[in-house]
Amino acid sequence: MSASFTKSTARNIFYGGAVFFFLLFLALTFDTTQALPKRDNRANLTEQVARGKNIWETRNCIGCHTLLGEGAYFAPELGNVYQRRGPEFIKAWIKGQPTGAPGRRQMPQFHLNDGELEDLVAFLKYASEIDTNHWPPNIEG
Amino acid sequence: MTTAATATLVPPGDDASANVQLKYRSQAVAKPYFIAAIGLFVGQIIFGLVMGLQYVIGDFLFPEIPFNVARMVHTNLLIVWLLFGFMGAGYYLIPEEAERELHSPKLALVAFWVFLIAGALTIVGYLAVPYATLARLTGNDILPTMGREFLEQPTITKVGIVVVALTFLYNLSLTVLKGRKTTISLVMMLGLWGLAIFFLFSFYNPTNLVLDKYYWWWVVHLWVEGVWELIMGAMLAFVLVKVTGVDREVIEKWLYLIIAMTLITGIIGTGHHYFWIGTPAYWQVWGSVFSALEPVPFFMMTMFAFNMVNRRRRDHPNKAAVLWALGTGVMAFLGAGVWGFLHTLAPVNYLTHGTQITASHGHMAFYGAYAMVVITMISYAMPLLRGREANGNRAQVVEMWSFWLMTVSMVFITLFLTAAGILQVWMQRMGDSPLPFMVAQEKIAFFYWLREAAGVVFFIGLVLYIVSFFVTGKSRAPR
Repeated sequence: MSASFTKSTARNIFYGGAVFFFLLFLALTFDTTQALPKRDNRANLTEQVARGKNIWETRNCIGCHTLLGEGAYFAPELGNVYQRRGPEFIKAWIKGQPTGAPGRRQMPQFHLNDGELEDLVAFLKYASEIDTNHWPPNIEG
Repeated sequence: MTTAATATLVPPGDDASANVQLKYRSQAVAKPYFIAAIGLFVGQIIFGLVMGLQYVIGDFLFPEIPFNVARMVHTNLLIVWLLFGFMGAGYYLIPEEAERELHSPKLALVAFWVFLIAGALTIVGYLAVPYATLARLTGNDILPTMGREFLEQPTITKVGIVVVALTFLYNLSLTVLKGRKTTISLVMMLGLWGLAIFFLFSFYNPTNLVLDKYYWWWVVHLWVEGVWELIMGAMLAFVLVKVTGVDREVIEKWLYLIIAMTLITGIIGTGHHYFWIGTPAYWQVWGSVFSALEPVPFFMMTMFAFNMVNRRRRDHPNKAAVLWALGTGVMAFLGAGVWGFLHTLAPVNYLTHGTQITASHGHMAFYGAYAMVVITMISYAMPLLRGREANGNRAQVVEMWSFWLMTVSMVFITLFLTAAGILQVWMQRMGDSPLPFMVAQEKIAFFYWLREAAGVVFFIGLVLYIVSFFVTGKSRAPR
């Protein structure tokens, strides 16, 4: 680098750039917050969905599955599982685990009662109705 | 130039006779932090091997260690050992930069034990009881923060992390305020304060999934593609000042430019996570453009490392530390820069989001940027903490072997996962009759076996790395 380009110039670029782009990020965040009510399906955020999200979290589902593409990549995407499998299949599947099939990936038995299964399904239904810009590309997730 | 004063040079001889004093005695608190970091690193890799096997032998260790538990241990150990590494680096380099003893070495040691015990208890909790039981025992319902990727720690552990971070920042900040203020220490402190501040978003967990995910990234992205890069830059700059003897003004100018580009690209670059989670579509443009520029600061870091070593004014006897410093420059650019760019443009990410492509990038980026920069710091500082300027030739040769084994096997892990990811996308997401997830997984099992084999080589490299600490011999590397 040329000698005329001094350390203090570099420092000013750093502080100026960091502050400017962080403020821009806050402005975009503000705009996103305004736009979210039309996209995030909050109208269907019921008590039941909240209970379902708590079950989702306290069973660490994200440790194997993805939800809207985020999580672990060991087991299928669940953001659209409500459309792919439907509520009855989901409940029966969770109740039937683990399959015990030799060599197959295994899902633990979580001992959820019928009410908890309904809560979890309500959460997955709510998640599946978020406007994700048409992701995933197809029903297989 | 203060480098020469760092160590009182001693004639070549046996390790035992080499007796180099630390410039400031309180720097010695870094030692337990570095040892803990390496120990937890070993745990991380063991659980990585378990998971790699579960990818192909699905019921391996089931139900004792289900995959989700192994993954939680693997990723949480990674985060905690890197934090131990950053803290050790802070305790080592801040006194030297500030030219005074640490404000309170005692507090640093107390914080070490609190952090180690809290971390160990958390890991034991993951392994000993079902996660739902752990949530109940730790009162997750009072303030639910658990069960989100990388932030699985019980709320009480998160509070503990904040407390430890605050004592650490208090200790270092007072040291800097009372002492010499350099660019390196300033950037290090900015990064560490940013780390603590953005971690606070881990306590915000709204029921609204979109908001939850939106602010979850304020911890995860603004850490690894934001403030952690400041910490990395400062650590790398510190080691380069020491091992090359290049004028500090030049190195600090580079450092400012690199971190300027980091934040200019990386902050809005957060948008590459806002493509498909319910956020507005304009993020596809903002996120693609800015994150496409995120390789720039990493490339500058590569140039920086090589330039400074080429222009060196001294030949530091610690060749291994120089190798790690160059290695982290290259591997961070490849892993974070190139492999990040590979799937960051929205039309590409539409197909690759949440596949093995993501996993391939995650592995090389974390190893190349953060694991390697912590090891660079350990490699430079540990001999000094053990009373010598550099390890003996034999020890350095073993350490360099471990560098190549770990680094090359990580390249292969990344390539195999990339191959698996491309095939997964092709079978599951493209074409007229996409295959179900598990069908596609079975078809790419071959690549998971290859990944596991590369993982075993990585583990051998890690064992050699530890062996290198116990190899004795001549205290100076031959010229």
